[in-house]
Amino acid sequence: MEMTMSMRGFVFVGLLVSLILTLFLSPFASPLPDGLERVAQDKGFLEKGEGTPAIRAPLPDYAWPGVDSEGMATALAGFFGTMLTFTLGYSLALLLVSRRKGAKTGSS
Amino acid sequence: MHIPDGFLDTKTWVALAAVSGVSVARAVRKTNQKLGEKQVPLMGVLAAFVFAAQMLNFPVAGGTSGHFMGALLIAVLLGPASSILIMTVILTLQAVIFQDGGILALGANIFNMGLVGGAGGYGVFLLLRRWLGENRRLLATGAAAWLAIVMAAAAAALELAFSRTVPLNIVLPAMLGVHALIGIGEALVSMAVISLLERVRPDLLELEKI
Repeated sequence: MEMTMSMRGFVFVGLLVSLILTLFLSPFASPLPDGLERVAQDKGFLEKGEGTPAIRAPLPDYAWPGVDSEGMATALAGFFGTMLTFTLGYSLALLLVSRRKGAKTGSS
Repeated sequence: MHIPDGFLDTKTWVALAAVSGVSVARAVRKTNQKLGEKQVPLMGVLAAFVFAAQMLNFPVAGGTSGHFMGALLIAVLLGPASSILIMTVILTLQAVIFQDGGILALGANIFNMGLVGGAGGYGVFLLLRRWLGENRRLLATGAAAWLAIVMAAAAAALELAFSRTVPLNIVLPAMLGVHALIGIGEALVSMAVISLLERVRPDLLELEKI
């Protein structure tokens, strides 16, 4: 059986799945060091990356500040980040497409 | 695989920032010329999905975790320039807002994951499709996804060695070993998404690759 979905429906479901992933699964993500961190630990250069960062990130380590529950802080930061990447990716693509059209018709 | 600031020396991060800057500018120009309206919402959804999936670290052997990278999956759906662009959006947000990957190392991370993983991985995908036959898309996706992770890890290892942070003969086998495992997760997730799309929206697999 073939299931078809409108583009709008597809985008809605895709975004919903992404938000559900961050909201409900990111608090249970493995806290173990990732591949590069692990290699840095094992080979003794991890401390090189632990200086003061060049800029202060508002939500370091994917934790919403001032939220007591670690899981909730991660879920909130993930929700925010997912919405933000969606908005930025969509807007950038829209801008690139619409600016070309503007150039074609001679309006700017 | 996000390199923090401090791991790379100045000449290395500056050079990689320059290379990535030029490549991102070219990707912007290319998508500006060719991106279709149909792809616009897809760019947003893929950016969101890859960001979300990158937060979900899964444990691999020996007290280490890994997470999905997504660059090859984006390239298979939308093409290499689109992949570079979306990875740039994600990596920039991760560095600026979540302190995941350094600000100075952003060019290096775009190089490793966008250029090597996304565009390089897509080259592997095209070769594999030629060798395996056009109807083996799923297999080509899985193999290219695995190799995309391994190639990106090799690039990171080379940069660390070039920065004299750690000798190449030590860092390269270590990075390749752990990412050969993480790459299996990358292959499975990429194949699952493509397999789902083959059933739900097969037309989205046939969009022009930009």
